[in-house]
Amino acid sequence: MSGFIAELRKNKILFLMIAPVLFFFVVFSYFPMVGVYYAFTNYNFEGGLFGSPFVGMQNFKFLYESGALFSLTKNTVLYNLAFIFIGNFLQLICAIFLSELAGKWFKKTAQSIMFLPFFISFVLVGAFVFNLFNTETGVINALLKQFGMHTYDFYMNTEPWKYIIVFFNVWKGLGYGTVIYLAAIMSISDEYHEAAKIDGANIFHRIRYITIPMLVPTFILLILLSLGGILKGQFDLFYQIIGSNGMLFETTDIIDTYVYRSLAVNFDIGMGTAAGLYQSFFGFVLVMSVNWIIKKTREDYALF
Amino acid sequence: MKIRTDRSTLLFNIVGYVVISILSLVCLLPFWLIISGSFSSEAEIVRDGFKIFPSEFTFSAYQSVFSNPQQIFKAYLVSISLTAMGTLLGLFFISMAGYVLSRKDFKYRNSLSFFIYFTTLFSGGLIPWYILVVKYLDWKDSYLALLVPMMISAWNIILMKNFMKSIPESIVESAKIDGAGEFTIYSRLILPLSTPGLATIGLFLGLAYWNDWFSANIFITTEAKYPLQFLLYKILASAAVLKTSVAANLSADFKPPTESLKMAVAIVVTGPIIFLYPFMQRYFVKGLTIGAVKG
Repeated sequence: MSGFIAELRKNKILFLMIAPVLFFFVVFSYFPMVGVYYAFTNYNFEGGLFGSPFVGMQNFKFLYESGALFSLTKNTVLYNLAFIFIGNFLQLICAIFLSELAGKWFKKTAQSIMFLPFFISFVLVGAFVFNLFNTETGVINALLKQFGMHTYDFYMNTEPWKYIIVFFNVWKGLGYGTVIYLAAIMSISDEYHEAAKIDGANIFHRIRYITIPMLVPTFILLILLSLGGILKGQFDLFYQIIGSNGMLFETTDIIDTYVYRSLAVNFDIGMGTAAGLYQSFFGFVLVMSVNWIIKKTREDYALF
Repeated sequence: MKIRTDRSTLLFNIVGYVVISILSLVCLLPFWLIISGSFSSEAEIVRDGFKIFPSEFTFSAYQSVFSNPQQIFKAYLVSISLTAMGTLLGLFFISMAGYVLSRKDFKYRNSLSFFIYFTTLFSGGLIPWYILVVKYLDWKDSYLALLVPMMISAWNIILMKNFMKSIPESIVESAKIDGAGEFTIYSRLILPLSTPGLATIGLFLGLAYWNDWFSANIFITTEAKYPLQFLLYKILASAAVLKTSVAANLSADFKPPTESLKMAVAIVVTGPIIFLYPFMQRYFVKGLTIGAVKG
């Protein structure tokens, strides 16, 4: 302890400089951790944190028995798997093409266009979805009408939304991920390609035997990193596309949207906190496991 | 041999140009559809729906947006102020913390790094956080709720720390010998040397503030305090409301926003980011590239 005080005295200014950030995390991150206690109560606003009746595991039990926990977990995990694998796959393909194609102007323009969706808000994505799919005036139904076909009521059918959500998520992250992979490709030494060319390898050989193997570590690392967050949802995306349309929840409800509704629609603080705690706890276990795997295989990439 | 090489390169180029062109078009198409919708006449939309090319080209939606622009102006003001203040303050605190944590002679840098990093591993979740802001800080309907919680994030601090680690230690040491204090070293030497890092994180912060609608959604109740994106959300969502029984209780002179008007508002609200983005993109690519190469 005296060591700490001596250190504090010696580096007064440094401690002072980091103090606001530490204070921030105490207030906004560590203090709310105490609030996971809500998950074990039947919360009411008068009682507050410790005045509300304690109900033990009842909230969790209800979540489990109602089947909500299973379907929420299933949706969250499956969506994230689709996002991760389809997204990374397309980003990889784009990066390989962009790095090998010759036209400079074309490459620059294409990269800029693909990066554009990253900069816009999810509210605008919501506007896109409305513009494309709404039943009365949507572009797709307008086209169907023009060709004399039956219109399709997207908002009454759960099936298409899986694909729409995955599409827009991949669409929004394409440019960003492509840049990451492009950077990895740029760091591959030219010598490999030159040597291969002399040996008569064509462009497909070079991609197959040089570029792709060199990118595999980046690919695996990015996948592993995202697997840790597989229980975390893209709230903005789901909420702006689906909103409070309960008809579609069967295939589109994720933990984050459920927690949000517990807070803002159903006022079920205890249940919502329980779902959030479940997400946080298993997310934590997952990150730890993933980190353990990375440490075993590629130690220098481990998170901690 | 030569012919074979040429043929495979040709094939690769054809496939590459086609795939990249298609993906680029797909990225652009939703934007185009919104623009085309905003220039369509209301009658045409009601009759035929949104089209890829409007047959009756008109500015009327924009005219109605700008005939009563106060609320949009106000929302612009809110968004611009929040973005500017949040980005500057955020950068200030994040860079100070990053500097302290990048100093190898600072004894507690590892334990403090973990203290910060741990918040990304485990959290109380949305609801305890919401109750904290509303009940204990009493920030319901306050701009503070839009500004403060988004200002600092663990990822940005870690990123900043890594940027600053690449600055040679000898710079700090020689400045110390010359008698410079810690804060002087940070502000006069380290900050100017960290411009790429500051630019990248500044852009991340700025984009997050500009595109934020969620904070306003849960914290703001006064219409005059809406930031841009939340205003857009409200305007878009009013169609959904009108389909339900709530519509029956609305006064007769309440006019729902029309379809073309919604698209025009979306354009007006999004406008500045589209114009700024080619400039911002350069820094983003640079910052991301540096970050990626470092692993």
